[in-house]
Amino acid sequence: MISLVGKQNSLLPQQISNNLDSHTGTILLKRGFAHMLKHGVIMDVTNVNQAQIAEEAGAVAVMVLDKLPVEVRQSGGVARTAGMKIIKDVVNNISIPVMAKCRIGHISEALILENSGVDMIDESEVLTPADESSHIWKWDFTTPFVDGAKNLGQALRRIEEGASMMRTKGEPGTGNIVEAVRHIRSMNQDIAKISYFYNLQDKQELFRISKELNTSYELVVETGRLGRLPVVNFAAGGITTPADAALMMKLGCDGVFVGSGIYKSLDPLERASAIVLATTFHDKVEVIAEAQEMIDEKKSMTGIGDDLDLNMQDRGI
Amino acid sequence: MMKKVNIGILGVQGDIEEHIVSVESAFRETAMDGIVSIVKYPEQIDSINGLIIPGGESTSIGKLSNTPNFHNNIKKKITQGMPVLGTCAGLIFLSNQIVQSPSNISQKLLGALEIETERNAFGRQHDSFQSEFPIPKFGLDKFMGVFIRAPRIRSIGSNVEILAKLNDTIIAVKQGNIIATCFHPELSNTVIFHKYLIELVRETL
Repeated sequence: MISLVGKQNSLLPQQISNNLDSHTGTILLKRGFAHMLKHGVIMDVTNVNQAQIAEEAGAVAVMVLDKLPVEVRQSGGVARTAGMKIIKDVVNNISIPVMAKCRIGHISEALILENSGVDMIDESEVLTPADESSHIWKWDFTTPFVDGAKNLGQALRRIEEGASMMRTKGEPGTGNIVEAVRHIRSMNQDIAKISYFYNLQDKQELFRISKELNTSYELVVETGRLGRLPVVNFAAGGITTPADAALMMKLGCDGVFVGSGIYKSLDPLERASAIVLATTFHDKVEVIAEAQEMIDEKKSMTGIGDDLDLNMQDRGI
Repeated sequence: MMKKVNIGILGVQGDIEEHIVSVESAFRETAMDGIVSIVKYPEQIDSINGLIIPGGESTSIGKLSNTPNFHNNIKKKITQGMPVLGTCAGLIFLSNQIVQSPSNISQKLLGALEIETERNAFGRQHDSFQSEFPIPKFGLDKFMGVFIRAPRIRSIGSNVEILAKLNDTIIAVKQGNIIATCFHPELSNTVIFHKYLIELVRETL
C-alpha cells in the first residue's frame, strides 16, 4: 500500500503555499488522482464519438491523440501533441478525465496541455522526442504527469523528476503484448531484489543499486519498503484483447492503457466493454472467458510481430 | 459471543487498497479484532456487516457492479440497515439524483441517499485541492479534506444530516446508516470516518 499522507510538494507556486487554508498541485493531489484510476482502463481516442464510446464502455479516462500509435508508424514523419480543437471538444463532451500526450522533454507542449484543462499529461515516446538529454521537470506543474518506462531505473528517474504515475512502454501500435510483459517482469524482478536488501537493512547494497539505477538512495529505500513502485503503475503498449489486459493485471499492473487495440479493431464497441470487464475481473477465469467471447479474434488488429522500422520503447532514457 | 465487525470494500474500481489500509488502522487504533474484505462478486455481500464504496470513476463503478444480483443485493442490505460509507465516486453512486457536466451519459446509481449531487463541481484535476474545515459531530476544529475532481451536494432530503461544509457548500452528510463525503478521508492522515463507520456497525451487532 502506498502512503500518500503528509508528503507536500515543496515546489508549490508562492501564492498557493502562502495560503495555508487551501492547496492545489500537491503530491497528494497529483498522485491521488492516479490512485482513483486504479483497476481501470484508459483508452486512446481521436474524436468525440470514440471518447463517448469509451465513457459508455466504463473507461476511467481517455487519452486524446491526432493519430493512434499504429497510424504514427504508418505515416512516419514527426508526431506532435494533438490539436487543441480536438482536445477541447473531448474535454467539453465527456465526464471522465481526459489526458493528452506531449513530446518527451517538450516543456512548451506540456504548458499548453496544462492550460487546455486536460487532467493528466503523458510525456510519451509515441510522439517524436523533442529533447534527447532531458525529460520535463514535472514538479513545476500543477497537472500530474504519467511517463513510460521499460525498466525500474527509468521508472525511478521519472518519479524523481516528478511523474505522478508510470506505465510500461511496451511497443505501441504493434498489437503485440510481448514488450509490455518484458518491461513489467523486469521491473518486478528488480523491485524484488531491492525489497530483499531492504528487509536485510543492507544499506550499502541499496546505495549501490541507487548508483546503478542513476536514481536517489531515498527513492530506492522507499521502493524497498513498499515492495512496489511508489506511484500507480499501469500497463501500456500492445494490449489488444481482454486476455491481454487480464495478463497484465495478473503481472501486478494497477490498470491498463489501450492504444490502437480498440479503435483499430473491427469491433471497437464490444471490445472496449470486454477489456474493461477483463481488467477488473482478471482474477476470475469465467469472466475473462465471457469477455473474450464478446470479441471476435478475426476482428483484432493484425499487428506487427517483428521487423519494426521504429522501436518507440528506445526513446527516452 | 458478539459477531465480528466485517467491513467490505466494493472492489471493482478505484482506490480500494487505501480504504483497506484505513480500516486496518481504524481497527488498530480502537484495539478491535475486525475483518476487512474486498467485495467484488454478488455472493461476497452476504458475509459483510458494513460497506465502503471507494473513490474512483463513478461511471465505471456503476457499470462494473451492475450485474443482476449485485446492485439489488447492495441496496437491499443498505435498506435493511447495513452501515455504508461512500467517498467521492462512492457518494455519487449512493445519490438518488445527479447533475452531469458536461456529458449526458446516463449513469447507474444506487439511489439510497436522498441528495442531489453535482459531478466535478469544483472543476478539473488542475483545480483539485486540499482544504481544512471543521466537523462538529466528531469534535474536530480542523479536518484536512482531499478533493480530487470532487462532486458537491446541491440539496438534501429531510432525513439527511449535514456533517461538514466548506464555506457554504455541503461536503459530507449522514442519513441513518449512510455516511457520504465529497472528499477522500482514505487519503487524509486521520481515519476518523472509518472509525465512525465501525462504530455504526458495532451498534447493529
